Amino acid sequence: MSNVTPLIEAPAETASSRRGFLLRTLRHRPAAVIGTVILVVVSLVAVLAPWIAPYGLHTQVGPVFGHPAWKHPLGLDDGGIDMVTLLMWGVRVSLVVGFAATFVSMAIGGAVGVIAGYFGGWVDTLLMRITDYFLVVPDVPLMIVVAAIWGPSLFHIIIVIGILLWTSTARVIRAQVKSVRERVYVKRARALGAGHTRIVLRHVLPQVAPLLIANTVLTVAVAIFDETALSFLGLGDPSTTSLGKVIENAFERAAISSGAWWAIVPPGALVALIILGCSLVGGSLEDALNPRLRVAHLSARTFRLRPLVGRGADAL
Amino acid sequence: MSAEPSVLEIEDLVVRYPIHRGIVGTVARRPRRQVHAVEGVSLSLEKGEMLALVGESGCGKTTTAQAVLRLVDPVAGAIRFDGRDLVPLGSRELRPLRRRIQVVYQDPYESLDPRFRVRAVVEEPLLIHGLGGSKSERAARVREALERVELSPPELYLDRYPHELSGGQRQRVAIAAALVLEPDVLVADEPVSMLDVSVRAGVLNVLDGLRRDGLAILMITHDLSTAARFAQRIAVMYLGRIVEEGPAASVVRNPQHPYTKALLSVVPRRDPRDRRRPQILQGETPDAVAIPAGCRFHPRCPIAEARCSAEDPALVRPSSSEAGHRAACLLLPTVGDS
Amino acid sequence: MSAPILQVEDLHVWFDLADGGELHAVQGVGLSLEPGERLGLVGESGCGKTTTALAIMGLLPPSASVAGRVLIDGEDILAGGEAAMRPHRWVDVAIVFQGAMNALNPVRTIGEQIVESLELHDRAKGSVARARTAELLEAVGIPAGRAARYPHELSGGMRQRAAIAMALSCNPRVLIADEPTTALDVMVQAQILELLDALCRDFGLALVLVTHDLPVVAQLCGHCAVMYAGEIVERGPLDLLYHSPGHPYSRMLFAASPDLAGLDEPVLSIPGAPPRLDRPLAGCPFRPRCDSAFAACVERPRLLPVADGHDAACHLNTAVPA
Repeated sequence: MSNVTPLIEAPAETASSRRGFLLRTLRHRPAAVIGTVILVVVSLVAVLAPWIAPYGLHTQVGPVFGHPAWKHPLGLDDGGIDMVTLLMWGVRVSLVVGFAATFVSMAIGGAVGVIAGYFGGWVDTLLMRITDYFLVVPDVPLMIVVAAIWGPSLFHIIIVIGILLWTSTARVIRAQVKSVRERVYVKRARALGAGHTRIVLRHVLPQVAPLLIANTVLTVAVAIFDETALSFLGLGDPSTTSLGKVIENAFERAAISSGAWWAIVPPGALVALIILGCSLVGGSLEDALNPRLRVAHLSARTFRLRPLVGRGADAL
Repeated sequence: MSAEPSVLEIEDLVVRYPIHRGIVGTVARRPRRQVHAVEGVSLSLEKGEMLALVGESGCGKTTTAQAVLRLVDPVAGAIRFDGRDLVPLGSRELRPLRRRIQVVYQDPYESLDPRFRVRAVVEEPLLIHGLGGSKSERAARVREALERVELSPPELYLDRYPHELSGGQRQRVAIAAALVLEPDVLVADEPVSMLDVSVRAGVLNVLDGLRRDGLAILMITHDLSTAARFAQRIAVMYLGRIVEEGPAASVVRNPQHPYTKALLSVVPRRDPRDRRRPQILQGETPDAVAIPAGCRFHPRCPIAEARCSAEDPALVRPSSSEAGHRAACLLLPTVGDS
Repeated sequence: MSAPILQVEDLHVWFDLADGGELHAVQGVGLSLEPGERLGLVGESGCGKTTTALAIMGLLPPSASVAGRVLIDGEDILAGGEAAMRPHRWVDVAIVFQGAMNALNPVRTIGEQIVESLELHDRAKGSVARARTAELLEAVGIPAGRAARYPHELSGGMRQRAAIAMALSCNPRVLIADEPTTALDVMVQAQILELLDALCRDFGLALVLVTHDLPVVAQLCGHCAVMYAGEIVERGPLDLLYHSPGHPYSRMLFAASPDLAGLDEPVLSIPGAPPRLDRPLAGCPFRPRCDSAFAACVERPRLLPVADGHDAACHLNTAVPA
């Protein structure tokens, strides 16, 4: 993948195994570390919500829009339910929707990208035309329409978001597959008589997998945002509590006119935080993977002079 | 020459690539143009023989090899392997035959999957063809293949990744991965040109040893001195045609075609006292899209005459050379004339 | 003997590695080049030949640190840093790289690039510069009309010629050619070598030909320095290097390239691989691959004269194996 720079013969990157790639990316990019910390904390909270949530999700623990207090740091919502509890459960639903929708879109986008890139020709043309078609459809209005027709349910939201988000993944993966397909070792496998399935599974997919992961992380952000938007517009599943739903509820119940900022700002900020985390991690991965984005750091600084120590025995 | 039939026989092979006209070109109905990569090449390869296909880039040598591997589709001609024409076969029928024609590519840094250990690289062909039986039998064959390319003891290499090996070692691994299927024909596409001089001979000697054991090798190269030293026969290609073909020693010591003569004259000699004025052809090989009429070499030929631009020479035996040596030049007296 | 134009003394280059280590790429190289002399700098990949060339030009990347002296007409240009280097680079010493495509700017015509190089060094301006550009292109065998072409419109050979024309723009006295023909076809390679030969003859250029290809050096150069593991193991007139090599590596390197004149001689490879340069070397670096190593080789040999103007770093020249 990385060609040795033609001008300098020796100090090419020491060939290190690709398996440590994710770890190395994280280590050298502070943004990736921050993003990972955000995502890990948020995910932990989501997973552990049933055990660590301080109150019940449906338990009224105080007055409507109760002010933040020591016992309720983020106050209470329109039903007198503790906001911290609500956020913990909301994150859970939002993440589930985000990951499930992403999974759907990755499956579609990955498959379309791999098939189009690997087979090329008319298959490629056809699939890419379809992709273009999906690409130009405005996401949110279509989601609104579909959600409105199918009716509000978590499953429908996941499917709707999933089938609208795969296009960019398909394009990126296709481009990468096209280049991998031209690698000599793929040609060699073909000359050996390997079937398409084998070549794709053994040689092509592992090569594009990191890119797929980077794309997944970025797509999760979009999916969570879309879910929040749909819920806010009242098209979410009424029986679940996602972050968008929390905001919508507060909004509906005139939280703003009551001055209850704590019912709207924290869930909004949390959505923003999750998206930020995804973008930082996904962006860093993509940056590290895409050779075209990896700009050589031109520097005015040149080499250093060094006095020759230990002259004599060592030097000739 | 032995009476044994050839393992591989290429007859009047023609390969052309269309050039995409683009939208503007299609709308403007520009004529469809083609790259005439290979235009009527005939070759034969025997068991235990190395045939070097020599020429500059764009002469069609690599395309010929790819056609033999059936990675490109010929427009016309036949590729007979063991008496059976490969050209009309579909991929399903080709599969069992692919095992018997293997390839080693030029770039050992690119031709091995970076995520595969040596063991997996060499074992993969067996898995693809469902050969080698049980796991331990496969392991034994992998070990044996590594030993045949002089990577011994194999234990030292089995668990390494390609990036942990030197260029010469990688190329040996690539050869082992081809050998493990026990092929009859090995296509070696510039097998040493990316390697350091000091290890080239090692890889070439491995190939030479395999040839002695009966393998038929089609070596693509631009290096006449390597071809002269290791091949039994040499075929020189220019613009999609073979211009001269014959026993290696005869082609090198008694070249007939002016192109072969020029190619030989520019090979640098390593003795500084043996300096000679090379006979350098001016200009560069023309585009394979617009092939010159008549003898395709005539625009660059130092001895071309008027008729060379009108008549297309056939590959025939010149009278001043030994049997099996043929050249395509109008100006050579041939055995038929007198 | 005339005074040397270019001298390199005890040159060392280290590269910082990503893991915090250091790679000692050039380990005390010494060279001297007289006006009009042609020197081949030969070795395997990773032996430090290109790094030496780049160090002479002051073109090493920030990850490099350098020690030693590079003298042009007796003046040390390395000690003064970029400021001391700049007036000499391209003016006294110019370089041609292996892939001409990398050395030429893809979005500017070759004519523009040569004009720019003339103007940058205050050699000529405007129409004078354009006339000089046409002259330079003709000198390297490119019809002046092609000055308006972009690099990608030219063939590999033509691009390499354009790169040579650019290197010649300030009338340098030394031309460093780093693998100038490696990516080219044999016939084009011969054309470029003939061009370099003619340029050296006509303009009195001194040439440093950096290559892995000994036969090319044998045909073009008078002297040769063979590098191995960052140091020069043998240097001297080519005739002596070929007919009475002072180092087994030179001998084995010649024997490793097949030759049309000796088709029946065996072609021998050198077993093993060069040592890693990111750790200190003990003893003779070639010892593990050498066919005549003996007890003395555990000590690192020094580059000592074996004949007039012929030096080699091998214990065989000073001691006899027991």
